[in-house]
Amino acid sequence: MAVSRFWRKLRHRYNLIGTHCTTCNTYYYPPRKMCPQCRRDGRIEECRFKGKGVIVTYTVIHAAPENKAVQTPYVLGIVQLDEGPRLTSQIICKPDDARIGMRVQSVFRKLGEDSEQGMIYYGTKFIQD
Amino acid sequence: MTNIGIVSYGAYIPRYRIKIEEIAKIWGDSPDAIKNGLKVYEKSVPDIDEDTATMAVEAARNAVKRKNIDTTRIEAIYTGSESHPYAVKPTSTIIAEAISASPILTAADVEFACKAGTAAMQMCMGLVKSEMIDLGLAIGSDVAQGAPGDALEYTAAAGAVAYIIGRDELAAEIEETYSVTTDTPDFWRREGMPYPEHGGRFTGEPGYFKHVTLAAKGLMEKTNTAPEDYDYAVFHQPNGKFPLRVASLLGFTTKQLKPGYVAPYLGNTYSGSAMMGLAATLDVAKTGERIFVTSFGSGAGSDAFSITVCDCIEEIKNKAPTVQHLLENPLYLSYGMYAKHKRKIKV
Repeated sequence: MAVSRFWRKLRHRYNLIGTHCTTCNTYYYPPRKMCPQCRRDGRIEECRFKGKGVIVTYTVIHAAPENKAVQTPYVLGIVQLDEGPRLTSQIICKPDDARIGMRVQSVFRKLGEDSEQGMIYYGTKFIQD
Repeated sequence: MTNIGIVSYGAYIPRYRIKIEEIAKIWGDSPDAIKNGLKVYEKSVPDIDEDTATMAVEAARNAVKRKNIDTTRIEAIYTGSESHPYAVKPTSTIIAEAISASPILTAADVEFACKAGTAAMQMCMGLVKSEMIDLGLAIGSDVAQGAPGDALEYTAAAGAVAYIIGRDELAAEIEETYSVTTDTPDFWRREGMPYPEHGGRFTGEPGYFKHVTLAAKGLMEKTNTAPEDYDYAVFHQPNGKFPLRVASLLGFTTKQLKPGYVAPYLGNTYSGSAMMGLAATLDVAKTGERIFVTSFGSGAGSDAFSITVCDCIEEIKNKAPTVQHLLENPLYLSYGMYAKHKRKIKV
């Protein structure tokens, strides 16, 4: 990943900072500049999610990209935050322990690295709450 | 005179552990001899995706959560470690962004073996006392390194502790600090090398014991206090044996040491070691009680602190995980998985 590309989204990855449309009370992550429901009538404000949610679905990754191969098998899930939005994230648990409906909370972890010489990418993952 | 001290604190310990028996089995050592000698029974191990920066962020977030701190008030962040993820690129900037203290603050990384964290505390104390900053964040965090088969491998652990230093609403006042520093090459790691080297027993008498006793005695003389004036004592814990011995040499009792004596089931968290002992002590301390703390960093030096617990401790004590809570429910690893977690296997 290009360093600049990650850097632009850095604060949204370090903390779950998204947006909230005050017109229709819908929350978005990643952040949106325009509410797709309210369009011109939408009023968007930045919001920080509490980092708690529930696993909607998940899969277990056995064949991973090279820079994540050391972590296999690992759980990749879709988490629905308590405020509403859904995001894809690694779930830190044994594959046998993961289950749909499991309460999770955000933690700060390494997301990956380019190489031994390259940039280290940090951000949000989830553990059981 | 302005009172300064700890406004809040937070700790972080990874869930994984490895028992001494598991390491000794690989290298043909006697686990009982190791356990009796070092008085360490297991040590913490980071998860595969954890490092000094991630643990420092978790500890800092626990410190912020404990007192519900407005992080824009934090105007300095110093992170002590000998395992910063980058050789050039600060860990402290990652923490500043992750706790939303960025961008109006000063930040730097600190390195002084196992006492970089307490050096960071002193740096924050100076800035707070001179009123250059409102709050300072001092962190000790390490994924301690020990070469496979080296004696260090039995104790080199992982953990982080963060202290928010300020002037008002103190959980504990730091009344005085006293440091001793000499050029003593008892332990080092050259640039680009993966594991440290050490002088074996040389790290004991001319290293740990000389500096800790000099700093501790110097502080007691400066403050006109004696061991019996303190309710608790914390010393750097490279293993379980050294703090017991130095406490005895100085006239402190095992009862004073007990709440902060965490090495036997945690190992040596390097820059976080003495700070972790202090956090565990603050978890149980009551208003008015006094704590004596002395760190040690190879190379070598010691920072000693005289601390009195204040009223605000009661309102923040249970607002974030205690050290005891973080030590509970460990997940034990085999040596193979430990080697994978610590990236000792290169592919």
